[in-house]
Amino acid sequence: MQKVDIPPLSPHLQIYRLPLAAKISILHRATGFILFIGLLLIAAILIAASSGSESWQTIHSLLSNWIVRLILLGFTFSLYFHLCSGIRHLLWDIGKGFTPQGTHIGNALIIIGSSLLTLLTWFIAWSQTP
Amino acid sequence: MKDLRSPLAKAKGLGASGDASHFFWIQRLTALALVPITLWLGLSIARLPEASYTLLLSWFQSPFNTVMLILFMLIGLHHAQLGMQVIIEDYIATHPKRLIAILLVKFSSYFLMVLSIYSILKLALGAH
Repeated sequence: MQKVDIPPLSPHLQIYRLPLAAKISILHRATGFILFIGLLLIAAILIAASSGSESWQTIHSLLSNWIVRLILLGFTFSLYFHLCSGIRHLLWDIGKGFTPQGTHIGNALIIIGSSLLTLLTWFIAWSQTP
Repeated sequence: MKDLRSPLAKAKGLGASGDASHFFWIQRLTALALVPITLWLGLSIARLPEASYTLLLSWFQSPFNTVMLILFMLIGLHHAQLGMQVIIEDYIATHPKRLIAILLVKFSSYFLMVLSIYSILKLALGAH
């Protein structure tokens, strides 16, 4: 195979300090990827649950493991982060908040909103635990 | 040379695949539908942390839960495979690898979509 010369790249991602909106943008993509994996796992759990009480017990004891719970916490935050950031994308699409000021407010709302929804969800789960 | 295509016709077929505007629209449509469904799912699952098999089955006895969960898997996996296609197209540059990755994501998404709907209906309607 012929060797291909790779043209030099000007420095980009590695020398700039990303603004918060850019970090949220790449996190939106990263959480989207995580949620695709999460959907595959939910499908697997549904299949296992539908095949009887024994396989549900296996899933249930697995989900009670604290390392698995920590992963579930990560999935919960990913879900709400992607949701909040996604709502901003929908608002941007109809031309709302597409200004520096609107972006700053949106950044804060996404971080606060997704954190609060994660806390609320886990508080409800914790309060239901006997 | 004079261009005989109207601006609308061009805009409708933008992009290499020729269906970029349709892709954009469906991605936003599924996103909008997932906003209320996701909020319901998160808070609904939070309410059954120590679900025994009996409790799980009684959750599936509610037609509302069953319908909402089917909608979540249907629209969620559709939205997810569209997003995964964008990620693959951005990061995998060579053609055969890119096509194989996209086909793998799409086929597995639709397979799991049908399989999970079958499982949900089995839990909701099956004789226990």
